[in-house]
Amino acid sequence: MAGSGTAHMRAEAGPVLAVDDMVVEFPVGRHQVVHAVSGLNIDLLPGETLGILGESGCGKSSAGRAIMQEPAPTAGSVLFAGEQLTGLKSRDLRRKRSKMQMIMQDPVSSLNPRRKVRDLVAEGLRIWGFDGDDMDAAIRETLTAVGLDPDSVWDRRPHELSGGQCQRVCIARALMMNPDVLICDEPVSALDVSVQAQILNLLERTKETYDLSMIFIAHDVSVVKNISDRVMVLYLGKTCEVLPSSDMHTRSVHPYTRTLIASIPGGEELASVDDPVTGPVVVDTPLVATATELPSPLNPPSGCRFRTRCPLATELCAAEEPQLREVGAGHFVACHHVAVS
Amino acid sequence: MNERDDLVLDVRDVRTTFLTPRGPVRAVDGVSMSLRAGETLGIVGESGSGKSVLGRTVMGLVSNSPTTTITGECRIAGLDVHALKPKDRRKLWGPEVAMVFQDPMTSLNPVKRVGTHLTEALRLHLGVSRKEADERAVDLLRQVFIPEPVRRMKQYPHELSGGMRQRVVIAMALACDPKLLIADEPTTALDVTVQKQILDLLATLAADRNMATILISHDLGAVEGRTDRVAVMYAGRTVETSQTSRVFNAPVHPYAEALLASIPRIDDAPHTVLRAIDGSPPNMLNPPEGCRFAPRCRFAVDRCHQESPELRELADGTADTHLGACHFPLLPARQEVS
Repeated sequence: MAGSGTAHMRAEAGPVLAVDDMVVEFPVGRHQVVHAVSGLNIDLLPGETLGILGESGCGKSSAGRAIMQEPAPTAGSVLFAGEQLTGLKSRDLRRKRSKMQMIMQDPVSSLNPRRKVRDLVAEGLRIWGFDGDDMDAAIRETLTAVGLDPDSVWDRRPHELSGGQCQRVCIARALMMNPDVLICDEPVSALDVSVQAQILNLLERTKETYDLSMIFIAHDVSVVKNISDRVMVLYLGKTCEVLPSSDMHTRSVHPYTRTLIASIPGGEELASVDDPVTGPVVVDTPLVATATELPSPLNPPSGCRFRTRCPLATELCAAEEPQLREVGAGHFVACHHVAVS
Repeated sequence: MNERDDLVLDVRDVRTTFLTPRGPVRAVDGVSMSLRAGETLGIVGESGSGKSVLGRTVMGLVSNSPTTTITGECRIAGLDVHALKPKDRRKLWGPEVAMVFQDPMTSLNPVKRVGTHLTEALRLHLGVSRKEADERAVDLLRQVFIPEPVRRMKQYPHELSGGMRQRVVIAMALACDPKLLIADEPTTALDVTVQKQILDLLATLAADRNMATILISHDLGAVEGRTDRVAVMYAGRTVETSQTSRVFNAPVHPYAEALLASIPRIDDAPHTVLRAIDGSPPNMLNPPEGCRFAPRCRFAVDRCHQESPELRELADGTADTHLGACHFPLLPARQEVS
């Protein structure tokens, strides 16, 4: 979306997390409102990784935080493990939410600089009153699982660790709560290139061993493709396209997704290569990278929000908001100008 | 000597050492490079590799002081930047060399209009009249593809988007028609779709003006395809340098090879296990003996931990030069085995 709709929601299976028509708005004074997320629908199946892709200002972080109810969304509902999180009393919410953990972008500032690694990792469980002899063993086990040597980091503080090690501590903190869902908000963008691969591999591995479902929020197309099963592309708080990540560079059709792919190195050539087996879903989507920049989320464009930068935009796009439509197996697009094959 | 005279930039064995309360840090440790007019050099490396300090040392923004020691030569237009008096050094900034920094918001003065930023440099260095400076400034904004340049002149930096601000910074750098432009992570603070526009703009401007460019970046993708040559830095040293396509297609240094292999590619299948480099870059207060990459290198043997490899010629005859600093470089035969 740069339109709306629920076509991409899978009716059949029981999702571990379901977000229904979520709206996140922030009042900024003078009766103005930032429309961060406008009508987002997400379903996350057990064991699945959903990648949320978009530039800054597209609402991807606001969406992640609203799922965690910090702050709660302006409207819409979040159903987690069969229970509505929106509207829960704060006490019940905290209990429920402990099974949903978040990994933040900057690993150093998300750790208390005055605490030692062992206390940082144990913090979650201590809050819930677990403590005792087996605690140390549990911390050691989790530290080992995230690739840290418990003996060498045990008494260290965050400033004595590298960025990658801090991110591992953050992951260990989350895993201690034995979560069902992990929400990662740009977990590798503050890290060095050589360390980024370590953390991506680690997340992939822990997802398997701990039986997690994951929402992975990032701006890097290749990173999102690597880790996700499905990818949702957001633009100014609306969904543009939802597709299996394996189809990302060969079959994506929304002009914004194409623009994102064209802006990665080698993406221009890649984007124009037709899939030899299936062929492209649509052939008439030009790959013009749009020259103008993101409109203000205070006053988003009418109709399709991408139309001000879109090479295909017509009057219809200003008048009417496109709905998500199915264009292939598990592939949904919100654009008036993409033909359904 | 004649050969060196037509170089826009000639850097020989430069070392930059900072004295810190916890000991000396040699951020740049013996780097040499040269650039001709119109040539583009990419410097890639992770944070702490010394790439930014190198850029600032070359420019003379980092200079000898009680806490900073610089040895070696940085010649711009034939003049050794660090042997000049500060006043003379400043005369190089603008007409000879200019720099574009990472964060466009902090490179602009928030209480000055866009126009003032540009006319200031023009009037100071070129001594043109106010009216002519205004005209030239509008023209510069037009050259960096800022729409409605006349109106933009009167705006303040906060009224512009990140991409527009970076265009203004580039226009400022170009104001005195420099022969060398150093761009230090010019797009890191920008969105992906805007990044491409800015990098393309820099490439176009450099080609139009036959300007030498140094593009410093941690983003290998930004450098690939936009530079003639590339130097890969690790822990203050150049570990590999050659034509960009050669470094990207047939790296000889295990670090360069591993760095390229660790990046997810868009045409890989989802859930492809990435080949990560173990460990993290060294602490520069106490860098490892011998080859600095040895503790993380999968090919390292005892010799690597003891003896520091020199940067040497490793070309196989198909390239002009391909320098690598490794005792056991990855030559084609070896890559097939690994």
